[in-house]
Amino acid sequence: MNLANALREGSRIALSRVLTQVENDTVQGQSALDQLFPYTGNAHKIGITGPPGSGKSTMVNALAKQLRKLENNPRVAIIAVDPTSPFSGGAILGDRVRMLDLQSDPGIFIRSMASRGSLGGLSSSTQALSQVFDAAGFDFVLIETVGAGQSEVEIVNLAHTTIVVDIPGLGDDIQSIKAGILEIADILVVNKADRLGADQSARYLKSMIAMGYRPLASSAGKHRLADALSKEELPDDMNEENLWLPPVLKTIASEYVGIEELVEAVLKHQAFLKNTGRWQLKEAWTLREIVRKRLSGNLMADFYKSLPEDKLDEIMDEVISRKTSPNAAVKNLLTYNQNKNKSESTE
Amino acid sequence: MNEENIRVLVAKPGLDGHDRGAKVVARALRDAGMEVIYTGLRQTPEMIAEAALQEDVDAVGLSILSGAHNALVPQVINLLRNNGQDDVVVFLGGIIPESDHQAMFDAGIFKIYGPGTDTNVVASDIEEAVKAKRASK
Repeated sequence: MNLANALREGSRIALSRVLTQVENDTVQGQSALDQLFPYTGNAHKIGITGPPGSGKSTMVNALAKQLRKLENNPRVAIIAVDPTSPFSGGAILGDRVRMLDLQSDPGIFIRSMASRGSLGGLSSSTQALSQVFDAAGFDFVLIETVGAGQSEVEIVNLAHTTIVVDIPGLGDDIQSIKAGILEIADILVVNKADRLGADQSARYLKSMIAMGYRPLASSAGKHRLADALSKEELPDDMNEENLWLPPVLKTIASEYVGIEELVEAVLKHQAFLKNTGRWQLKEAWTLREIVRKRLSGNLMADFYKSLPEDKLDEIMDEVISRKTSPNAAVKNLLTYNQNKNKSESTE
Repeated sequence: MNEENIRVLVAKPGLDGHDRGAKVVARALRDAGMEVIYTGLRQTPEMIAEAALQEDVDAVGLSILSGAHNALVPQVINLLRNNGQDDVVVFLGGIIPESDHQAMFDAGIFKIYGPGTDTNVVASDIEEAVKAKRASK
């Protein structure tokens, strides 16, 4: 039987094998994704991001356990991304160490993945893996990013709800008004709240939100979303129902303190997205991003394939000896390939 | 399947709390370009087999210093086989008396690495074994 069918019938080994094929972007992986795509679009995808050591994995552990207790015992998938070494290409994927509570629950499936050179906090196939879990009937997909600094914000293009985990003492109010990771939060969490300074951190974050909050920021893609879709599709009236103010919660994930409130906030955000039509907007944005990335990936691959091997080296020699600028070199390469294609098509 | 990343689960079954050896091997495999899933201490055979299933690994490394290998190793290998993962390379490290080695190989262990093993040897053995398994598919 083909793997995608076996996966749909509930085989865990088939699910695991499909995840590998999709992660490696093999021919089998691509055809499995094509076959599974009609069954996607149901899972609530939740991103968990934050600086290294803020407790993301422990938070995922607690969150998954709490989600399992909801009515109908929803099934929860977890994708945990850790960084790939830029030198060896290897990786230590250690997030499971914090998720030992979940290992014996058949309603939970944890998959670790290495970032494999992608920046932005995810791997280039994280999105595709979340689709596989979606098609396998998981109700929630939790996506834990690599430890993030200020600009690893790729998760907003993928998650319906983004939880940013912060810890006390990481910075003052100037840090909190910078652009980047704090800006993408739908829910802000100050974890390790038993540490000194937790109340102050929560205050900084709350005042950041109070200072000014773009109503659009709770939809994925932020301002780019507004550009991408016609403005009429977005609600004009900025009244309460149309505005999501990210709550600031305090938790001690290792002791399950504050986790019930976190799940409440997640469900509230889910209801908000669905009631305001933003769920669909987000889905549309995510799918557009998938097509855009796939397209640019394929174009790049095709471009290099049709370029003779020594052509790039030849031009690079000129750039290295400062005879040609990088800009002119690119133009040169593009023209070269265009002319080559033209002459091939007239032959 | 050829140039794809090798995924290895490094696990510590049983009750001893000494994971330095496991971490050294995990690090060495990482430096050899593999993706190593590390599960932490005190894992039951069921937890290890479940992790191996979810992670779809090519190899599983077990580190045992407690003397319980005769009980734990066959359990882990049987669970892997029951899950349909009979092609996974299982290797063993820690304190395993010479007299038990044959029983471990009979149970399906690929190689046994005692204290002082050159980690480069571990990495190249595993790479070779995984590539051979993939080629035979």
